[in-house]
Amino acid sequence: MIPGAFDYHRPSTVAEAVTLLADAGEDGRVLAGGHSLIPMMKLRMATPETLIDLRHIDELRGIDENGGTITIGAMTTQAEMIASGLLADVCPILRETALQIADPQIRNLGTIGGNVANGDPGNDLPALMQALDAAYVIAGKSGSREVAARDFYEAAYFTALQDGEVLTAIRIATPPAGHGWAYEKQKRKIGDYATAAAAVLLTMSGGKCASASIALTNVGDTPLFAEAAGAALAGTDLGADAVNAAVAAAEAIAEPAEDGRGPVDFRIKVAGQMVRRGIARAASRAS
Amino acid sequence: MNDQTPTAVERAEKLQGLGSKRKRVEDARFTQGKGNYVDDIKLPGMLFGDFVRSPYGHARIKSIDKAAALAVPGVVAVLTAEDLKPLNLHYMPTLAGDVQAVLADEKVLFQGQEVAFVVAENRYVAADAVDLVEVDYEQLPAINDPFKAMDADAPVLREDIKDKMEGAHGPRKHVNHIFTWEVGDKDAAHKAISEAEVVAEEMISYQRVHPCPLETCGCVASMDKINGKLTIWGTFQAPHAVRTVASLITNIPEHNIRIISPDIGGGFGNKVGVYPGYICSAVASIVTGVPIKWIEDRIENLTSTAFARDYHMKGRISATSDGKITGLDCHVLADHGAFDACADPTKFPAGFFNICTGSYDIPAAHVTVDGVYTNKAPGGVAYRCSFRVTEASYFIERMVDVLARKLDMDPADLRLKNFIKKEQFPYTSVLGWEYDSGDYETALDKAMKTVDYTGLRAEQKANREAFDRGETRKLMGIGVAFFTEIVGAGPVKNCDILGLGMFDSCEIRIHPTGSAIARLGTISQGQGHATTFAQILASEIGIPADMITIEEGDTDTAPYGLGTYGSRSTPVAGAATAMAGRKIRAKAQMIAAYLLEVHEDDLEWDVDRFQVKGNPESHKTMAELAFASYNQAIPGLEPGLEAVSYYDPPNMTYPFGAYLCVLDIDVDTGVTDVRRFYALDDCGTRINPMIIEGQVHGGLTEALAIAMGQEIAYDEIGNVKGATLLDFYLPTAVETPAWETDYTVTPSPHHPIGAKGVGESPNVGGVSAFSNAVNDAFAHKGLTHTQMPHDHWRVWKTAEKLGLNG
Ligand SMILES: Cc1cc2nc3c(=O)[nH]c(=O)nc-3n(C[C@H](O)[C@H](O)[C@H](O)COP(=O)(O)OP(=O)(O)OC[C@H]3O[C@@H](n4cnc5c(N)ncnc54)[C@H](O)[C@@H]3O)c2cc1C
Repeated sequence: MIPGAFDYHRPSTVAEAVTLLADAGEDGRVLAGGHSLIPMMKLRMATPETLIDLRHIDELRGIDENGGTITIGAMTTQAEMIASGLLADVCPILRETALQIADPQIRNLGTIGGNVANGDPGNDLPALMQALDAAYVIAGKSGSREVAARDFYEAAYFTALQDGEVLTAIRIATPPAGHGWAYEKQKRKIGDYATAAAAVLLTMSGGKCASASIALTNVGDTPLFAEAAGAALAGTDLGADAVNAAVAAAEAIAEPAEDGRGPVDFRIKVAGQMVRRGIARAASRAS
Repeated sequence: MNDQTPTAVERAEKLQGLGSKRKRVEDARFTQGKGNYVDDIKLPGMLFGDFVRSPYGHARIKSIDKAAALAVPGVVAVLTAEDLKPLNLHYMPTLAGDVQAVLADEKVLFQGQEVAFVVAENRYVAADAVDLVEVDYEQLPAINDPFKAMDADAPVLREDIKDKMEGAHGPRKHVNHIFTWEVGDKDAAHKAISEAEVVAEEMISYQRVHPCPLETCGCVASMDKINGKLTIWGTFQAPHAVRTVASLITNIPEHNIRIISPDIGGGFGNKVGVYPGYICSAVASIVTGVPIKWIEDRIENLTSTAFARDYHMKGRISATSDGKITGLDCHVLADHGAFDACADPTKFPAGFFNICTGSYDIPAAHVTVDGVYTNKAPGGVAYRCSFRVTEASYFIERMVDVLARKLDMDPADLRLKNFIKKEQFPYTSVLGWEYDSGDYETALDKAMKTVDYTGLRAEQKANREAFDRGETRKLMGIGVAFFTEIVGAGPVKNCDILGLGMFDSCEIRIHPTGSAIARLGTISQGQGHATTFAQILASEIGIPADMITIEEGDTDTAPYGLGTYGSRSTPVAGAATAMAGRKIRAKAQMIAAYLLEVHEDDLEWDVDRFQVKGNPESHKTMAELAFASYNQAIPGLEPGLEAVSYYDPPNMTYPFGAYLCVLDIDVDTGVTDVRRFYALDDCGTRINPMIIEGQVHGGLTEALAIAMGQEIAYDEIGNVKGATLLDFYLPTAVETPAWETDYTVTPSPHHPIGAKGVGESPNVGGVSAFSNAVNDAFAHKGLTHTQMPHDHWRVWKTAEKLGLNG
């Protein structure tokens, strides 16, 4: 549980970080809260030779909403997401999800950027970002680009992030007032990753579900945007048939691995249960 | 008399003796982060050791190349079995009569086994070098299923002893067999069962778990080449035994070895054994002449140091149709891993498993235990349970429940019907133990009344009907468990470890101004000895507990003792403390008689003083008598006030308790919610109720962990599945329910103060209560037994098999 040797840098601007990262080449890694990277380094599953710590870059912090878009700086901690009155008002599922990440000590350091950039299918925020259809703002040597969360994840620990790029912010279209939301997560204990979890967002109109968006955590190599599950709800009154169809659609795309949390069939069924419960709770909150 | 004079009651309160909820004196340093653990020890010039460990469960070592590791700047040495062979230290004796490889000799037998020991200037360099030691392995087929260990074509695991078919506990039936242990009258038990009206049969497995103390194991070994003295600071639950073993295996005379246990961050049995790290550190210090520190990390602790349980118990229990138990038979297959390194008294290779008749008056019983080798880590320690008592208790408590289902009787009623009655004590069980005292019926009765057992069963009935009507997806389970512990090992006539009798000791010195120091052969790992032993003494000698220092853990200063595990400290060392205190008091009485110019028999003891019978104004306090012992020439008496007592207990003690658990199971997710847990403990005389409560809370939390999630599992080729705290279940405050504690008091008749020991009871009784509750939730659907741990997926599978979910 002792990491190998590495160089350490502490830039104060994104431009500086990007330059340092480019100089470090493929053995360079950025360090955010360190709560995924450092455990991997202690197990020597990650052996970066250069660490570029983003903690002192002020432009990477902060939460605001402008013109129907929420922007969260990559280095905003999970604790700051929880504490944000703005988020609680305009997009409460962010807070609800962040509260189910690990424990307070970890959330005090762990960042939103690290959580979504990490590429670990166990992380909770990526599926939520897919459900919210968030976009990731990415800076590199040649400027800035945006990638949709739904296009970002390729395989476990493989993402659209290229060598030399830094995630700077997350952009989310503010959900309409009166939307329903729920993040349902089953875990073995505090600090555990999900056996299965589901993010559910929906809007109601005239007693019918106008739109629904569902994504799953930790039941595949990547977070899974359950497009068909959401579609099964849209236009229905969320009756048993519609919910069963959504659950079946979610279960159909779940491909968890067997691990200490349980065998494959169990984890698929838990994913279905999380979707089922998530729909019920989201519907109860929608107006 | 003056009305300002404190009354005897007031004086007694000031002492904070027996029964006082005295605050723990240890906590001032622990809560301020000022404890002194082994990793806090820093000596000049100290080097660090780190292990190269086997990635395989079973493999032949073809070669080891140290060159690249030795080339790393700061690396001082790399030890392998070849280096230890000339010293004959490549194997060490285990506490169970086997030998264990210190560094793997030609073969590795479990994943995580120690292969080479790197010594370097700091931990980082050592860890880098560990990665550079090149070991060429040839992987061999592994045994992970103990039931296959004795197959005709099973791979031979222990080549070092393959021709030694006479083991430490009798003949071995197979190269992978360790011992067979048999107790009881087989014919009588089998006859009772074959003639019985009702017989229940079940396979009860108790999975492999690990005590997982917060502080991992480690040591600092320092050889002083000038005076020839080897000092080892380490996480030792039995420092004197370690000293003797170290002397026997190194040939260093015992007076030249000093073992010090500093503060220990939890032991639970994990720190009883001797580990390769200790030997390698000592050897490295002897070779280099500088101190060596070795500290395990969490993965090393979970994968290489002593596990617990891994008992597979096939049982039959018989009864009359109206529920009187007539016979019990049990065969255990015990998975001991690659070396037999459990820590049981010599004559008890399966510990005190023959306590498995539990709290019941069973007329015929028979037990056999077969121990086998597998490609898993060695160990088989207590884990807060005296010598396989948890296994035994779990077995009988599950069997009684299974029998109750078969009889269609309430499990509490079946227990009440078969309890050993109060008037039967001292009671000799059919498997050979003499239970000292007990009043089981009162305890279970109190428990049932407190939780409103009848009301709970009615609620459960309503819940089941609602479930069947589709109104709820939750099933309610009620777990009843009643345990009898056997602790306080033990009488020297039948209890020894490596030939060392299991007595314990206390040495007391009273200082001139009336304060004192007492040293014991035990060592606290969180039990609060410095608090409670001072309380025992305060009541015995009338000196306030706050004026008594308790010191343990340094073999140069403490009297010889067998250490702290198996809830033995209070029953054995606590008794020694009381007895030493009584010797102090006896001498003080002689001094008082001289000073008060009366005959000794004319004096009586009153809380903190001797007073003349009928004339209490004429008295001498213990403080005055202490001073007198230092400044008066008393004819016929030596100066000073000191005493030593070595206590050989006449019998074990038998704490007991009634535990009740109420939980709700979500059949769709397998999530279990413990809504209520009530624990009534009878540990005899209660020394410090607050500490008892703390011990019970901790033990119940461990029981929750074991029953609901803990498991050290291996795959087919011997890989440990999940050896970090991500997977190994350590509940946090969030998962832990609120515990309700209660008590009755049935003193031990043979212990000087009637105390029985409590540290392990909650683990022993708790596991059965949780497991019985989970089984109970599904009982009406036809379940007789489901194996632990009752984690989400296993519970869900049970529900699935019963057709309850999906
Ligand atoms: C015990 C424990 C339990 C946990 N439980 C959960 C849980 O239940 N749910 C959950 O979601 N998470 C959990 N986590 C992970 C935690 O949320 C981490 O904080 C998070 O995954 C990573 O964020 P970080 O800021 O710590 O990133 P780091 O660990 O510093 O970085 C993670 C990775 O992302 C890269 N990275 C970080 N920031 C950027 C950036 N701005 N641009 C480009 N790349 C970047 C790093 O190079 C690294 O590869 C747990 C962690 C621990 C230790």
